[in-house]
Amino acid sequence: MDERIADAVRVLPYYLSQHVLLSACALVLAVVLGLPLAVLAVRHPRLRWPLLTAAALIQTIPGLALLALFYPLLLGLSALVAPLVGGSLPALGFLPSVLALTLYAVLPILRNAVAGLSGVNADVIEAANAVGMTRRQRLLRIEAPLAAPVAMAGIRTAAVWTIGGATLSTVVGQTSLGNYIFSGLQTENWLFVLFGCAAAAALALVTDQLLGLVEVGATRRNRRHLLAGLAGLAVGIAAALMPLLWGPARGYVIGAKNFSEQFILAELIAERLEREGATAQLREGLGSAVIFRALASGDIDVYVDYSGTLWTNVMGRHDAPPREAMLRDLSRWLGEHHHVEVLGALGFENAYVLAMRRERASELGVTTIAELARHAPQLSFGSDLEFLSRPEWSALRRAYALDFRFERSYSPTFMYRALAAGDVDVISAFSSDGRIAAQDLLVLEDPRHAIPAYDALILISPRRSADPVLRRALAPLIGAIAVERMREANFMVDRSTNPVAPGEAARFLAGLPGPKPAGPGPP
Amino acid sequence: MSAAALIEIDNVSKSFDGGRSFAVREASVAVRAGAFVAMVGASGSGKTTTLKTINRLIEPDRGEVRIEGMSVAEIAGPMLRRRIGYVFQGIGLFPHLRISENIGITPQLLGWPPAAIAERTREVLALVGLSAAYLARFPDALSGGERQRVAVARAIAARPRIVLMDEPFGQLDPVTRDAIGSAYRALHDQLGLTTIMVTHDVQEAVLLADQIVVMAAGRVAAHDTPRALMASRADPDVSALMAMPRRQAERVRAVLSDAGNSDG
Repeated sequence: MDERIADAVRVLPYYLSQHVLLSACALVLAVVLGLPLAVLAVRHPRLRWPLLTAAALIQTIPGLALLALFYPLLLGLSALVAPLVGGSLPALGFLPSVLALTLYAVLPILRNAVAGLSGVNADVIEAANAVGMTRRQRLLRIEAPLAAPVAMAGIRTAAVWTIGGATLSTVVGQTSLGNYIFSGLQTENWLFVLFGCAAAAALALVTDQLLGLVEVGATRRNRRHLLAGLAGLAVGIAAALMPLLWGPARGYVIGAKNFSEQFILAELIAERLEREGATAQLREGLGSAVIFRALASGDIDVYVDYSGTLWTNVMGRHDAPPREAMLRDLSRWLGEHHHVEVLGALGFENAYVLAMRRERASELGVTTIAELARHAPQLSFGSDLEFLSRPEWSALRRAYALDFRFERSYSPTFMYRALAAGDVDVISAFSSDGRIAAQDLLVLEDPRHAIPAYDALILISPRRSADPVLRRALAPLIGAIAVERMREANFMVDRSTNPVAPGEAARFLAGLPGPKPAGPGPP
Repeated sequence: MSAAALIEIDNVSKSFDGGRSFAVREASVAVRAGAFVAMVGASGSGKTTTLKTINRLIEPDRGEVRIEGMSVAEIAGPMLRRRIGYVFQGIGLFPHLRISENIGITPQLLGWPPAAIAERTREVLALVGLSAAYLARFPDALSGGERQRVAVARAIAARPRIVLMDEPFGQLDPVTRDAIGSAYRALHDQLGLTTIMVTHDVQEAVLLADQIVVMAAGRVAAHDTPRALMASRADPDVSALMAMPRRQAERVRAVLSDAGNSDG
């Protein structure tokens, strides 16, 4: 328990500074965008409705979806402008996060500023005209100060939303306090989830109070309140950003998808790089589709993917050739089409498999997917969040004419719980998952080879392909991880009693001293 | 009229609905320097619209307004308005500025040095009968009458030759209204101003103005001295309106003499 708090506190300065930097930039941009739009909307009543409606529409898009949409948008934009600027826009991390959060924050700022400006007394406006003010003078000297308290209230609202919404940017590879929440959710480290929520809430609360001081200053025309609030904000932002000055240099960027094995392997790669004297940072929780493109475009330098996933998702192939032929074709194709290098296989496979509780399977007399297909209409199916939209699922359905009573998606942790609780009868599991042994699940055979091999491969981005440090650091990992050890490492993180952080499991994999795998682990 | 007129409203028309109806129709008024002109008429007769064409708060559709022979259309609106005082019923003091800043606004826009603005602010505040203690206050700490006095001070702060007033004392109680009206008339004479005041109160017009312009349905129905208009029988609308102060005065006299009889 204490160790996990210490873990959380150790990364707090870095997470917090990233979170503050992101939120502050988004809020400033939203103010810079929102206030002039409000002036425009008030001066041209015809623009008012379209502007407010557009801002409100953006608000109706769920925050997570808006962030996700910016990834393909920036990729497309990057392809357009690349020939012009001679480089590419980063489609992951800070840029999409700050853009999405900015759009999100515009509505409260725009709406309140419009309300504030429209609320200025008509007699005061007439007097401003009559004493000989130009439109600009009237705006700056009369309308803006009189609208300031209402506009400031909108900025406060936007600040709280932005700080809350910034936790979602973890998904597109931007470090934030959301890293606690997403990795905690994945590894059932509820303390981490709670810590992340509390940190974000505290940050929002402090910011709101400081902006409140500015608002009071603006309302009562009290310069002391105004300056105190602004000074507090400036000092807070500066203090929060301090760790960035001597924080980890960018170094190598290691990608990870959103499950424990990926977290562990990313930590393992980081550990290897650090042992070679290099610095590394992790981009965790990336989606399967996003992560390969992030590698190909150089947003991340290295990550571990699985041959079958690349074969079907990236190459778009539906056949399942023998392992060696597949690996050969895949390596050649990735090099030719994306300049991505397959450094080598780690030595274990993490295939998609279908799994059932053993007693339920014997009750039905099912050992293969072909036998399962006969009972499927009476059975329910649980999958992780992406399996149902993956080609492997269509391949399975085609090969076996699978048709379940219903299908449901869960985050992996909850998927295993749902199976244990009997909410679903069959799940899509990972063959390297420690929970298969721990929960005594039966992995169904695939006699028609509908699902290809899933060897874990280290992939290297085009711009790092000639990097000697990276090669030297990662060479010892090739062929070095047997599936049993990977399962043990996975289970150390995923077990519900006494789980460890992915970094600890990585140390175990690397053969470094650390906690022994304990508890009802796999054999 | 005579070429010596300071302000000439020349054949001005204004429609707010694209020409279907006219708020002002071919109105012409000439005002000589130093005159105190009241514009009277029923609601909607076009008084305020005509007044606002002088400082270009409203642009006429046809005709033009000249000041000292120069068309106001040739002067940028804000520049024009800095040279013309304007007082209106809504008062419109800036609530976030102190009284000193409210009064000093036009000199400031004109780029006067701060010391000159401060001196002038005290001077005009004294002219409208308020003490220097008001300088540091905000408008919401003042009574209605005090606010309108500040509005008059603001209008004359930059030493304009012309002051336009639109129902300036309409929101005040009768006693305050009478006091501020008389005080302003004295100021008009003292500073040698040219004032055009829109009012619906004919009695106020008769008591304060040298000349009265009667407007009816967007047209200038009459323009003469109060005495001449009260005696005129030419236009039934004008004579009905101008007979009012006399009738009111006779009724007041009757009440007073009744009271005297019953007392005696």
